Amino acid sequence: MSKKIKKKTNLSNKSQLGMIVFRFSKNKLAMFGLAVIVILALLCVAAPLYIDYESVYQQSMADRFILPCAEHPLGTDQFGRDLFARIIYGGRISLLAGLVVVAMALVLGIVLGGIAGYYGGRIDNVIMRICDVFMAVPRMLLSMAVVAALGQGTFKMLIALSIAAFPGYARTVRASIMTLRNQEYVEAAKCCGTSSARIIFKHVVPNGLGPVIVSATLGLGGTILAIASLGFLGIGVASPTPEWGTILSENRANIRYYPYLGLVPGMFIAISVMCLNFIGDGLRDALDPRMKN
Amino acid sequence: MEKHLLEIKNLHVQYNTDEAVVHAVNGLSLTLDKGEALGIVGETGAGKSTTALSILKLLPDKVGEITEGSIVYDGIDIIKANNHTMREIRGAKITMIFQDPMSSLNPIMTIGEQIHEVLELHFPKMSAAEKDQKVDEILGLVGIQKTRKNEYPHQFSGGMKQRIGIAMALVAEPELLLADEPTTALDVTIQAQILQLMQELQKKYNTAMILITHDLGVVAEFCEKVAVVYAGEVIEQGTVEEVFTREKNHPYTTGLFNSIPDLTSDVERLIPIPGFMSDPTNLPEGCKFAERCPHCTERCRKEAPKLYEDGGHSIRCFLYETKGGQ
Repeated sequence: MSKKIKKKTNLSNKSQLGMIVFRFSKNKLAMFGLAVIVILALLCVAAPLYIDYESVYQQSMADRFILPCAEHPLGTDQFGRDLFARIIYGGRISLLAGLVVVAMALVLGIVLGGIAGYYGGRIDNVIMRICDVFMAVPRMLLSMAVVAALGQGTFKMLIALSIAAFPGYARTVRASIMTLRNQEYVEAAKCCGTSSARIIFKHVVPNGLGPVIVSATLGLGGTILAIASLGFLGIGVASPTPEWGTILSENRANIRYYPYLGLVPGMFIAISVMCLNFIGDGLRDALDPRMKN
Repeated sequence: MEKHLLEIKNLHVQYNTDEAVVHAVNGLSLTLDKGEALGIVGETGAGKSTTALSILKLLPDKVGEITEGSIVYDGIDIIKANNHTMREIRGAKITMIFQDPMSSLNPIMTIGEQIHEVLELHFPKMSAAEKDQKVDEILGLVGIQKTRKNEYPHQFSGGMKQRIGIAMALVAEPELLLADEPTTALDVTIQAQILQLMQELQKKYNTAMILITHDLGVVAEFCEKVAVVYAGEVIEQGTVEEVFTREKNHPYTTGLFNSIPDLTSDVERLIPIPGFMSDPTNLPEGCKFAERCPHCTERCRKEAPKLYEDGGHSIRCFLYETKGGQ
C-alpha cells in the first residue's frame, strides 16, 4: 500500500512533459511503432556503412532476377540491381522527403494559422479563403498540377506536396489558437507590454501545439504515401534514383513472376505509414489532458 | 492645480455588438495621485473592469470603443497614444493583477521565465545575471522560494499563483497597479494574506493602486479613497473615512452597507437593494438608480443629477444638491 502511494506522489512531481512521456510509454502499440520507425530510420541513416552505393545503380544483365539469397537478401530486379540496397537507400529519400514536406507545411501552416487565429476578422478571412482554395482541390491532383507547372524534380515535388499539405495544418493551428487567444494569460502578457508577434509565437502557439503535433505525425504517414504515389505514377522522384514508390513502379511489370519485387517495397511503405499512425494515435492520447493518470 | 498621476475625465465606453450598443461606462471621472490607493466598488456590470481595461487601452478590438472623454497618465494622453507607446507603458508604468490566478499564468512557461520576460521587455540592456537577481528578489518579496522558479504554474496552489501574478506585475516597479478583483477566486484566509502582501509592496515601492472589488470591507481596510460606481458612472466618491462614517451617503451606497452582515446589530435578514441594475443597452434618461431608489422623486426620473461636492466627498444625488455640481 505504502509503495503504491509513493509511486503516485512521484508521478505528481513530474513536469508536464514528463507526464506526457510517461503516458506515451504506457501505450504498447505506440511504443512498438516508435521502435520500428527508429530502427528503420537508423538502418537508412547508417546505410553507407554497410551497403555500397554502387550496388544501387550498377546494372548487370547477368544478375537479373536472382532470388533472395545470402548475397542479395531480397534478390535483384530486372536490371540486376540489389533490391535490398535500393529499398534502404530509397528509404533515405522517402523518410527524409516526408519529414521535409511536413516540416515546410508545418512552418507555413503555423505562421498563417497563428496569424489568422489570433487576429481574426478580415485577416483571418483572407488567409482561410486562400486555404479553402487549396483544400478544394484533391491533394494528389494539386501536387500533380504543381509538378506539371514547375517541372519534374525531387525538390519541386517536395514543394508541391508542402503546398498541398499546409492548409490542413493552418486550419488546425487556427482552431486551437482561437480557443486560446482569449485566455487570461494572453491578456496578462498584453498587460506586461508584450508585442503581438511575441504573444502569438511565444505564448499562444506553443500552448496550442498539441493537436498540431498529432496531425503532423499522422500527416507524415500520408505524405510518405503521397510521395510513393507520385513516384509510382512516374512524376515523383525519377528513376533510377531509388524511392519506395518508384521502386514499386519499376517492378510492376514483373510482379506476376516475381511478386516479392513489388510486395517488399510495398510492405516497407505500409509498415512505416502504419507505425507513424500508431505513434500519432499514441501522442494524441498522451497529450489529451482528460486522459491524465 | 497640482498634477495628478492619473486623471480620467468624462470617460464614455461602449461595446458595439451585433444586437445592441452596450453603454458600459458613462461619463466616469477619477483622479489618482502617486502612492495612493483607490478602491472602485460596484456590482457586476457596473463598468469597473471596463474602466481598468480602458486605462491600459486593452478593450477588445473593434467591439470596445472609447467614445468620449480623456485618460491622461503622467502627462500622456492614453487615448491618443500609439501602440508602441502603450507597449512601453504596459508592464513598466501601469500593470494589472487579474481575477483568476489559475488562468493568468502561461501553463507551459516556468514562473521564472514569465517574470524574466517582463524584464526582458522593459529593460533590454540589463544583464542576464542582474535580471536573474531581480527575479529572485521579487520572488522572495512575495514569499515564494526562489528555488521553485523553474517550476510550472500547475505545480503551485491558487494563492501562490496569485503571489506570482503580483511578482510579475511588480517586478518592473510600475507606478500604477490595477488590481481587478485580485482575491475573488481565492478562499477567505488566503484573501487577507494576498491583500496584505499587496499593501506592503504598494507602500514599499510607493505604487499607486486601483483596487477593483465588490467587497466594501476590503476597501475600508486597504484603500484611502473610494469611488462607488453604478451603471458606468461614479455615484459617490471620497476618502474612506468620509464614506464609511455613513453620515452622508448615496442611497445606493446605503443599500450596499445594508446588505452587509453586521456583527453589532441584531437583524433577522439582510436588506438587499430591490430590483436590478438598469439595462446598459437602454439607459434611463434621469438618475440611473431611480428605479431602485427609496427616495426617488419625479425629478429623478427626468433629470440626471450631477456630482455634488462637499469638501472632497461628492455624491451624485439630488438629496445633497449644492450649487455648481459637476
